[in-house]
Amino acid sequence: MRSRALAAAVLATSLMLGAMPARAVLPDEIMSDPAKEARARELSKELRCMVCQNQSIDDSEAPLARDLRLLVRERISAGDSDRQVIDFLVARYGEFVLLKPRLNEHTLMLWLTPPLALLLGGFALWRLGRRKANLPAGAADSSPELTPDEASRLERLLAAESAPDKPL
Amino acid sequence: MIAESGHYALVLALALALIQSIVPIVGARWRDAALMNVARSTALAQLLFVAASFAALVTLHVTSDFSVANVFENSHSLKPLLYKITGVWGNHEGSMLLWVSILALFGGLVAAFGNNLPLSLRAHVLAVQAWVATAFYLFILITSNPFLRIANPPIEGRDLNPVLQDIGLAVHPPMLYLGYVGFSISFSFAVAALLEGRIDAAWARWVRPWTLMAWIFLTLGIAMGSYWAYYELGWGGWWFWDPVENASLMPWLAGTALLHSALVMEKRNALKVWTVLLSILTFSLSLLGTFLVRSGVLTSVHAFATDPTRGVFILLILFVFIGGSLSLYAWRAPALKQGGLFAPISREGALVLNNLLLTTACATVFIGTLYPLALEVLTGEKISVGAPFFNFTFAPLFVPLLLAVPFGPLLAWKRGDLLGAAQRLMVAGIVALVAIALVFAWTYGGATLAPLAIGLAAFVIMGALCDLAERIALFRIPLSLSLRRARGLPRATWGTAFAHAGLGIALIGIVCETTWNSEYIGSMKPDDIARVAGYELRLDGLSPRQGPNFREMVAQFTVSRDGEKVSVMTPSKRNFTTRGASTTEAALLTRGASQLYISLGDTTADGAIAVRIYHKPLVLMIWWGPVLMAFGGLLSLSDRRLRVGAPKPAKAAARALQAAE
Repeated sequence: MRSRALAAAVLATSLMLGAMPARAVLPDEIMSDPAKEARARELSKELRCMVCQNQSIDDSEAPLARDLRLLVRERISAGDSDRQVIDFLVARYGEFVLLKPRLNEHTLMLWLTPPLALLLGGFALWRLGRRKANLPAGAADSSPELTPDEASRLERLLAAESAPDKPL
Repeated sequence: MIAESGHYALVLALALALIQSIVPIVGARWRDAALMNVARSTALAQLLFVAASFAALVTLHVTSDFSVANVFENSHSLKPLLYKITGVWGNHEGSMLLWVSILALFGGLVAAFGNNLPLSLRAHVLAVQAWVATAFYLFILITSNPFLRIANPPIEGRDLNPVLQDIGLAVHPPMLYLGYVGFSISFSFAVAALLEGRIDAAWARWVRPWTLMAWIFLTLGIAMGSYWAYYELGWGGWWFWDPVENASLMPWLAGTALLHSALVMEKRNALKVWTVLLSILTFSLSLLGTFLVRSGVLTSVHAFATDPTRGVFILLILFVFIGGSLSLYAWRAPALKQGGLFAPISREGALVLNNLLLTTACATVFIGTLYPLALEVLTGEKISVGAPFFNFTFAPLFVPLLLAVPFGPLLAWKRGDLLGAAQRLMVAGIVALVAIALVFAWTYGGATLAPLAIGLAAFVIMGALCDLAERIALFRIPLSLSLRRARGLPRATWGTAFAHAGLGIALIGIVCETTWNSEYIGSMKPDDIARVAGYELRLDGLSPRQGPNFREMVAQFTVSRDGEKVSVMTPSKRNFTTRGASTTEAALLTRGASQLYISLGDTTADGAIAVRIYHKPLVLMIWWGPVLMAFGGLLSLSDRRLRVGAPKPAKAAARALQAAE
């Protein structure tokens, strides 16, 4: 499947831009202040290169990604906080530019699904455990009757096994 | 001729699959052994014909028969032989043919080695297998025929996408498909159990080796793909949370859960209904992955809308199989009796926790992958869900999972002793704390979470060792006795320890690579020196070179450390003339588990070249981990207890007589 991603990524870049790809973060982009550069890199990882398939502008080779990287650095030089840089880019390019969507009514289900799945699963298990505990011991443990054929097979299988009392 | 024969063989395979879909089921209804046995012969014959069809396509690619559209579009007469062969599945039609070939292979394996299955179960399993096969044969024959001829054959082919011209293509897709499609067996077993209305511990015992086999291949396939992306894409990333990757991760997470729940079912006859559901879900996710990748829906919802034939066909297959099996499940599952009581703190309880966390993780990947698509279709609004989202949501799920991993094998079935297990894990805990303290002191002022993560990894690895030490009573009885016990341990126990330790190994690699990665980005001219992580890399020069179907610019770097020459690295940039595309061939230098990584950028007018050099500490552990997991799986698979029907040694039989509950 990776191959498809590779192909798609390459196709997307080469088709849309028709040019030889440049590399992500070029030497001439790097800011002189290492602290600011580090901030720019961290921010770049959160921002999507909009013409690529699922690449951050930190990874992407596309010219658009380079423009965005320069823009991020420009805003940082201008003294923007991380939040202001993000807000600036969202105002310009929409929510699509964020690789981690912000919580709003449209992304509510996205953010709620993981904790809900965990809670509901846990709750279901708790209920099941209680229900089982209330059953008489024999009721839950009965398995369907074996056919004679199966019974003889099962015997063979169990015999072939090393002693089951050994830990797994 | 070859193309037509291949096409015809595929049509015959479809006919056989249709017979196999119906006759064995009728046979099972009438309790007619002869009719039920039809499944066996048709499955084997199907394998033969699909193999012939696949061989035909390989022959066409190898002989560069450009009168066949598929060969023309994806091959070139100058392409090296290896890539002529791997190019067969480096495209849509060919990869679908590989898909059905592997499906037929698994069907054939069940037919050939399923002699110990009850006749009606085998008939049902193979029939369900044939339903899936029928759907995909139809898909290939109707929408994606790889044997299509061109009226006026061109003289030269268009060549394969250069990125795919790599050894990775030879290994990664076949491995991945063996995993993906391998889960069809557990699916068929689950549907067969629902059809028959009977399910018991023996069923789990038959399903587990197949699931384990598929899981091993999927694990290796994903790891291989990740390593391929790492060295091929040129910026050293190894996991991108790309929808295509997620498509393979979802069946892996569900399959891992299935592996553990089938264990409970086999040993304790509990979690039956859940295991059946997981079997269905795992293969459904494989089908979903096939849909996501094959329909073009990922590139853009609109690409899917403009040429929907393939997408709609697979979507239909998806609805029929997932909808059908889940409906069957809703209808028949309540009839399956639950069994095996257990306390929350027990081996079963630990495995249930494993399942809860893994399925939640799977649901997270699912929603993250499909939400943007659904939102765009429903509201037209475009959002992105990428790596930051998944990293953020995965950590809270995997931390408790990893913390719980060492406890599981130490708890007893039915009712476990958490305090006792904790006491036996004391050593692992101490090692973890020491690891945290050491890493923290060593990287003082750096990342705060990374030392904790390393500690967690140490805990997982030591926990696996503690479990083994406990079982052989290391240091409590004479060493020779311990060693004898170690030899006597079931291979599945060793397998568990290896697989769990693999998790810890991979975690160390991931944490080190993401936290302490150092890089140098700059323009270099010949004789310039770059310094990265204590290494000195001198650019000796650039030289052009002619390959079979490409031209490349090779840079030579001399790597030295403390004034001593270590090695020479030669990254290059390749230009493929036919497609006019270029690729970056990164150079990698392995030092222990760490790697130096150089990839080239563009040359500037003044003769300098943009260079990116990374030092990736312990990066190889990221892939050693999965390899170790797969090795553990293999050990477990070779356990005599899983090879049902294996001849019994007399000693074991005598013991089993008194122990058989």
